[in-house]
Amino acid sequence: MLFHLAIKNLIGAGIRTWLNVFVTAVSFFMIIFTSGMYDGMRSHAKQVTIDTEVAGGAYWHPKYDPLDPFSYEDAHGIPPKEIHELIQSNDAFSVLVSQASIYPNGRMMPVMMKGIEPNQSIINLPTQSLLTHTDDLIPVLIGSGMAKYTQLKVGDTFAIRWLDANRTYDADEGVIVAIMETENFKVDMGTIWIPLDRAQTMLDMEKEATYITFSKKSATIQNKENWIYRDVNYLMRDMEAMIKADEPGAQIMYMILLALAGMGIFNSQILSIFRRRKEIGTLMALGMTRSRVVTLFTLEGGMNAFFALIMTLILGGPVFIYFALYGIPLPIDYSEMGLIVAKRLIPVYTMGLFVSTTLFIAFVVLVLSYLPSRRIAKMKPTDALRGKIN
Amino acid sequence: MSNNKVVEIQKLLKQFPVGGDFFTALSDINFELEKAEFTGLVGPSGSGKTTLLNIIGGLDSPTKGTINVLGMELGSASHNERAFLRKTKMGFIFQSYNLLPVYTVFENVELPLILNKVESKERKRLVTQAVEWVGLSDKIDSRPAQLSGGECQRTAIARAIVHEPALILADEPTANLDAKNSHQIMNIMVRLNKELNTSFIFATHDEKIMAYLRRIVHLEDGQIVKDEIIENPEMGAI
Ligand SMILES: Nc1ncnc2c1ncn2[C@@H]1O[C@H](COP(=O)(O)OP(=O)(O)O)[C@@H](O)[C@H]1O
Ligand SMILES: [Mg+2]
Repeated sequence: MLFHLAIKNLIGAGIRTWLNVFVTAVSFFMIIFTSGMYDGMRSHAKQVTIDTEVAGGAYWHPKYDPLDPFSYEDAHGIPPKEIHELIQSNDAFSVLVSQASIYPNGRMMPVMMKGIEPNQSIINLPTQSLLTHTDDLIPVLIGSGMAKYTQLKVGDTFAIRWLDANRTYDADEGVIVAIMETENFKVDMGTIWIPLDRAQTMLDMEKEATYITFSKKSATIQNKENWIYRDVNYLMRDMEAMIKADEPGAQIMYMILLALAGMGIFNSQILSIFRRRKEIGTLMALGMTRSRVVTLFTLEGGMNAFFALIMTLILGGPVFIYFALYGIPLPIDYSEMGLIVAKRLIPVYTMGLFVSTTLFIAFVVLVLSYLPSRRIAKMKPTDALRGKIN
Repeated sequence: MSNNKVVEIQKLLKQFPVGGDFFTALSDINFELEKAEFTGLVGPSGSGKTTLLNIIGGLDSPTKGTINVLGMELGSASHNERAFLRKTKMGFIFQSYNLLPVYTVFENVELPLILNKVESKERKRLVTQAVEWVGLSDKIDSRPAQLSGGECQRTAIARAIVHEPALILADEPTANLDAKNSHQIMNIMVRLNKELNTSFIFATHDEKIMAYLRRIVHLEDGQIVKDEIIENPEMGAI
């Protein structure tokens, strides 16, 4: 019965109802849209990291700690036999990591020098370009972020200085053979890529490697000796940590949007009660109990949100689908800020996102409809009839 | 209390808090109303007519004294019990009609039946009948904004009578109407009173209404100063 009356009231109020519903729908849309965008960013960042860096996982030299550059000096060795077989069958490739300094345009800059097998096709980096013949200069591949920072262009030469296995400094001339566009700043900023055999020679570490990255479909190894197996989850953990660290930001955004939506609902509810106080008095005079009037108004608020949700799906649905298929072009290049962000972002709208957003918002809306309606319970019918409110 | 007593009030006092003090709106009211009476509370503005009517309707409570309406002791009744009494046995008519603006005439008149959980087919029959009573059958799907003042008040009357209450309380029902509409409305109510034995209490200072009343209770400064029976009202004889 109250349900019936609530619908009649909402439909009867015509344009006013639909305006309210529209405003709420816009908030719904924004909440779902930003959540989807955020989820899209996260899944994109993960996917890019796997694609350009992690692949199926890695075997690390026991001394290797990527966060401690001083560990690089000792973190190299000849990979165990079985791992070597993986490399031979193109299911894995070696990387030899060392500290180095480069001198682009006379400035000094410490870098991580990574020797990589140019013919690898396991991670998505243009390492083939390292096969370019360079008259004894060291061929160097860098990312576009690094290129911008050092102002190096393809063909530019610069000095590279490193510490070899015998702990003596050595230096030679390198040349940029390619600059790659990559969304993964971890293979870009502060890193130079050179051919593996060249690195081994320079460092006097023939056949040695720091870690071996293997492909997703490579078989597991029985005897890895003392090398350490690192699975995808482990290798992604700083990525995950970054996402986690970012979560409060996303939650604040979510709360702000929700607060905006909530304020709209709260406000229109208060307004509606103020405007309709005479109607409230009349309903009481006709014998409706206060608690039923409260329920009626709460129900109206709740149904307002329900209509808004339907409107969001009808009006916003095509937009969600379009963005999910074609992505959203981003105006800024976030990679400079050290973020892995696509140039076109594909938002991810999961059923879970819709359901949780809907349930949560529905709850908030009901509370926000109920709170102002509660003052009806305190109204004296005589005051309400006279259009007074206290 | 005899079966024919619709309202019984003894030594009623009503005070409103004003600032730190009290304003006495009604004092020493003793009043009885029999079934099928057609009675007016008459007095100048501010004399306490609306206050008394609201107390009889259970919308307000007395400060002191006892009041029994349609068998219920209002002084000790809860909010919900009083609401139930209004819903089932009373009808209200207001000066400014108090129709719900988003409802049609039909829906406005239907409301008390919905509150009384009358099933939909019966609702339709009763609403159609009530709307016919007040002569608004051709406006049944209109909304209040499309009606004249007289038509609005007739809708309100239909709403007040549709559930066939025992008592109808009408607060200045003609105050916003011209003479022609006022008489039309009073005639409808006289007819209802005669045919359905519905009791009526008016609060008014309108001479046109007084001409129809069969009993006039004069209020002044919150007190009953005169209670007269009119054997042959000028108007309303059928
Ligand atoms: N809620 C209230 N608070 C304070 N004073 C009130 C209240 N309601 C009515 N009064 C006062 O009580 C007196 C009687 O009011 P009312 O019953 O409305 O008179 P009438 O209907 O005869 O014009 C008036 O002086 C009015 O100001
Ligand atoms: Mg009055």
